[in-house]
Amino acid sequence: MTLGLTALELARIQFAFTVSFHIIFPAITIGLASFLAVLEGSWLRTKNPVYRDLYFFWIKIFAVAFGMGVVSGVVMSYQFGTNWSEFSRIAGGVTGPLLAYEVITAFFLEAGFLGIMLFGWNKVGPKLHFFATLMVAIGTCISTFWILSSNSWMQTPQGFAIENGRIVPVDWWAIVFNPSFPYRLAHMLVAAFLVSALLVAGAGAWHLLKGRHDALIKKTFSMALWLIAILAPLQAFIGDQHGLNTLKYQPAKLAAIEGHWETNKDESMELLLFGFPDMQAETTHYKLGIPYLGSLLLVHSLEGEVKGLKEFAPEDRPNSLIVFWSFRIMVGFGLLMILLGVLSLYLRYKNQLFDSKNFHRFAFLMGGSGFISLLAGWVTTEVGRQPWVVYGVLRTKDALSPVSAEQVGLTLIIFVVVYCVVFGVGIYYMLKLLNQGPQPLALDQQSGGPGHFKTPMRPVTAADDAPVDNSEPQDASTDPASNSNTDPRKLPSDEER
Amino acid sequence: MLDLSLIWAGIIAFGVLMYVVMDGFDLGIGILFPFFPNQPERDVMMNTVAPVWDGNETWMVLGGAGLFAAFPLVYSAVLSALYLPIILMVVALIFRGVAFEIRFKANRTKHLWDMAFIGGSIATALLQGIILGAYIQGITIVDQRFAGGAFDWLTPFSLFTGLGVLVAYAALGCGWLILKTSKELQNDMYRLMPKLALALLVIFGIVSLWTPFNNPTIAERWFSMPQFFYFLPVPILVLWSTYAIWRACQKQQQARPFIYALFMFFIAFSGFIISLWPMIIPPSITIWDAAAPRSSQAFALVGTAILVPVILAYTALSYWVFRGKIHVGSEGYH
Ligand code: HDD
Ligand code: HEM
Ligand code: HEM
Repeated sequence: MTLGLTALELARIQFAFTVSFHIIFPAITIGLASFLAVLEGSWLRTKNPVYRDLYFFWIKIFAVAFGMGVVSGVVMSYQFGTNWSEFSRIAGGVTGPLLAYEVITAFFLEAGFLGIMLFGWNKVGPKLHFFATLMVAIGTCISTFWILSSNSWMQTPQGFAIENGRIVPVDWWAIVFNPSFPYRLAHMLVAAFLVSALLVAGAGAWHLLKGRHDALIKKTFSMALWLIAILAPLQAFIGDQHGLNTLKYQPAKLAAIEGHWETNKDESMELLLFGFPDMQAETTHYKLGIPYLGSLLLVHSLEGEVKGLKEFAPEDRPNSLIVFWSFRIMVGFGLLMILLGVLSLYLRYKNQLFDSKNFHRFAFLMGGSGFISLLAGWVTTEVGRQPWVVYGVLRTKDALSPVSAEQVGLTLIIFVVVYCVVFGVGIYYMLKLLNQGPQPLALDQQSGGPGHFKTPMRPVTAADDAPVDNSEPQDASTDPASNSNTDPRKLPSDEER
Repeated sequence: MLDLSLIWAGIIAFGVLMYVVMDGFDLGIGILFPFFPNQPERDVMMNTVAPVWDGNETWMVLGGAGLFAAFPLVYSAVLSALYLPIILMVVALIFRGVAFEIRFKANRTKHLWDMAFIGGSIATALLQGIILGAYIQGITIVDQRFAGGAFDWLTPFSLFTGLGVLVAYAALGCGWLILKTSKELQNDMYRLMPKLALALLVIFGIVSLWTPFNNPTIAERWFSMPQFFYFLPVPILVLWSTYAIWRACQKQQQARPFIYALFMFFIAFSGFIISLWPMIIPPSITIWDAAAPRSSQAFALVGTAILVPVILAYTALSYWVFRGKIHVGSEGYH
């Protein structure tokens, strides 16, 4: 059950596997929650039913992603104790309170208002419902704030002292707002919005390609593309700034990202587009680079010193091959996103946004690219931090729990099987829902003013053979007599029947 | 100076109690599912908790994060000691949580999601009980680290406490359903509840007799003279609440069975706390031995003190919005 690996290696694989699965769902929920808030706000302001119908559609996707985000997140919060108990014992004084703040400021807020958001459309007034949506959206952003503060502190620790072998917090302001935090927070938030926008645009493109050209599809597609056009270039800018920050605080990581072995003094550094960094031979094979560009990007001048990996002892070097490529994958897709945004602006200008099949194909193919960049970015950050778990303070190998390789191996196998099956099915349902697409609510189903019509929260689609959602019992209470005034939850429309 | 460890111990105890009670009744619904094979009834049962289960579960996350922040030693040592049951529990929670989202959307595979919901709920309850039992037995700590074996937690005693928690959650769930349902479903619950309460009484009795054999410190505490009288109300009140539950079901009072079940939990939980106090890792680590640096406890306390009341307020709002009964065949929340 150990697969020939040590407990340390297995625990690392387990953490990487579970967190990679986890982050997929928050990325969707962070982005979609804000999108839903915008949709509901627009609906309340304009009373244009398109917004409401879109709200009803995207909230279904959101709900599935949220459920999976919660359960995979619970795994994460216990993993620090089960697998990384030495880390918790030594660094818990700092990361513990940050996680506690995340729970009390974010998780409760999300969970507390989620019920109203998902199930309360008929139970509360439109204002309170909108408020609930807002709270959930804000909650996801607060959550990002704390968990990234914690992660950034592990990357660029400060504001602490070491007493009796334990890390003791001294200055909380310095801890929360550590040097890499602002960059990482901005980069991650924009990443989450991009992930969601690409997903939404991709779904829109899919329906356009299938021949739906109604207002709902056009609106989704157009809104998402506006976001991409703005955020993709912004993300490149933030990423560039983030890289400069890394150069300053984690030079070994940056050298590994660039496959840069020899420190360049008074000469320019090329930007490698291609190559295979080799940790043993201490060189990068098959280099293909653009002269000067490396210096231009990193020190914003034609020459300037950038430390090479050889400056660091071999046991302190992160694996350059992995981060070299993960970084290029992230940036490569980032550039494609910018291209998508620019093309959308051009087509908009030419009034052909909804007509160009090739553009729709491109947007459809880009639908999942946000996830790839997101994961590639995290791999760059985390693998680049190795061999440290708290940079320069605590090594990953000293953070492990006193558990046997058999135990970690066993639980790893369980996680892999369960995640692939359960989340696999969850993702399948999300795709199914996306394939169904948003549907207009039939007008005759409406009763009463805004926020008060009796359709169930998750409207049943007309698609007869769609195996989703049609299991819902649609008839009213079996015994109308019992359904009298004693039931405060009863919908006004029940009386009309 | 304020004793922050003491305050934190109180907060965590409160969080755990909130968790046990709230997730207790929604786990209980999954445990009762097998007795109600009829799909519309299952829809109702699930709908009674669909809007609140996530908030309920968050109290568990608070318990974990609170320990991490205020008593990192407990978090690191106890979690690595209970490695397998904890990981299996979070895996069980995955099945359950996803079942909430997907069951209503599934058609052909609905029965599979029923099974995921049932299996996830039962396994979670059992494992939490096993964790409780293993904790009461005590955890081997040397030099601030767990120093026992991988299967120390697996004993007849912990298996029995596992069963106990399973029944206890089922009873809470049953009480909740009496409150939230009507007609046949409610009648079935009225019939089930006294049986569960009785089973619970028997289990409490056996655990109370068994515990002193497992943990000499607790034995000493229970059976030395003045203390014995402080503990005496615990069994008496438990007995009384069992009777009260039975009476309430006879009279078909809707809210009382649940309230008395809650009361029973509260009493048992208090008994548990006074038996262990001030140990936070039985048998030998006290809350002060396990404390985080003062600056950590203080920082986390500020936010917690301000926000927990706010959390309680909007949690109450959510329960208020979804008050009232769920009927068979009605649209439900979904
Ligand atoms: C950038 C954002 C981000 C990142 C990097 C992480 N999470 Fe997360 N997490 C969220 C953003 C988020 C979220 C958006 O707030 C979620 C998603 C769905 C949800 O309920 O909240 C969430 C859920 C979630 C939950 C369940 C909350 C609940 O019960 O409602 C826990 C316990 C964690 N996470 C813990 C972690 C840990 C320990 C992480 C690090 C290893 C982690 N998350 C990485
Ligand atoms: C959410 C996206 C994240 C992804 C995809 C991710 C990915 C990874 C990967 C791939 C590793 C393994 C590195 C290696 O072993 O070479 C790792 C390690 C680690 N990460 Fe992250 N990470 C993420 C977020 C976080 C956050 C938010 C935290 C902390 C709050 C964190 C804490 C850790 C810790 C403690 C390790 C050490 C264990 C190890 O080295 O494997 N990670 N992560
Ligand atoms: C297009 C140009 C981009 C540049 C120049 C860039 C730059 C960077 C850099 C330098 C890092 C490493 C930070 C570290 O040292 O730890 C990073 C990390 C990351 N990137 Fe990018 N990035 C770009 C695009 C994207 C896109 C499009 C996404 C996702 C949609 C993305 C998601 C991430 C994530 C999630 C991380 C890890 C978290 C963090 O450290 O902020 N990036 N990026």
